[in-house]
Amino acid sequence: MSLGDSATPLGKVEGLGSSGHGGHHWLEERFTSVALVLLSLWLIFSLIMLPVYDHDMFGQWLRSAWGAVPMALFVITAFKHGVDGLKVAVDDYVHDEGNRIAIHFALSMLGIAGAAVSLFALAKIAFGAVAA
Amino acid sequence: MTVSILHRITGGAITVVGLAVLSWWLMAIAGGEESFARFASFIWFERLGIPWVIVALSLLTWAFFQHLFSGLRHIVLDTGAGYELRVNKFWAIMTIPTSALAAAVSLYLIMGVGK
Repeated sequence: MSLGDSATPLGKVEGLGSSGHGGHHWLEERFTSVALVLLSLWLIFSLIMLPVYDHDMFGQWLRSAWGAVPMALFVITAFKHGVDGLKVAVDDYVHDEGNRIAIHFALSMLGIAGAAVSLFALAKIAFGAVAA
Repeated sequence: MTVSILHRITGGAITVVGLAVLSWWLMAIAGGEESFARFASFIWFERLGIPWVIVALSLLTWAFFQHLFSGLRHIVLDTGAGYELRVNKFWAIMTIPTSALAAAVSLYLIMGVGK
């Protein structure tokens, strides 16, 4: 839609960019990236601090709030950021509008499914459905 | 240029492979002792004396740090700083040795010390 000079300043910048969504997704990707700096370093330090890597140790760790809560945040943020990042790459290389939307849809579904499966597994561990 | 492309490749790798392993790992723990043992035997799979999955996960650890450091660089660039040619090139190149070092130290601390 071309509005020419009658467009408001906001109208001129809305919906720009290769994704057609303006700056919103761009900014969101930065927010999740900053969160992931903290969460992924938490994950690596946690793994280093664990004395052994067996089923009991991982279970004990993820049953505590200090393990389960950041892990839930990590799962949600990592899947969101990962899917957002793949979509940016798709925007740059897939130029056909129909294909682009179809791939975005598939990536969203895969990301949400992966996060749901991970969170379900985490909940099962954290709420003690697993024999200790 | 190279570092920019690396950012995409490493990002794609840690998303597709890393998140799949993360999900599988959590499911394996949730599934109990036996399912975790199957997961562990896959992780420690060895052929010709080389633990291929561990090698792949080590590369993935480097990919994570490479993406982390080039990502931090991008956040600095987003503020409008660091576009002078020499400064820009210096920090772009620096992401590679620092990510290799961070990966080596992390892997040593995770796998190397009596575990």
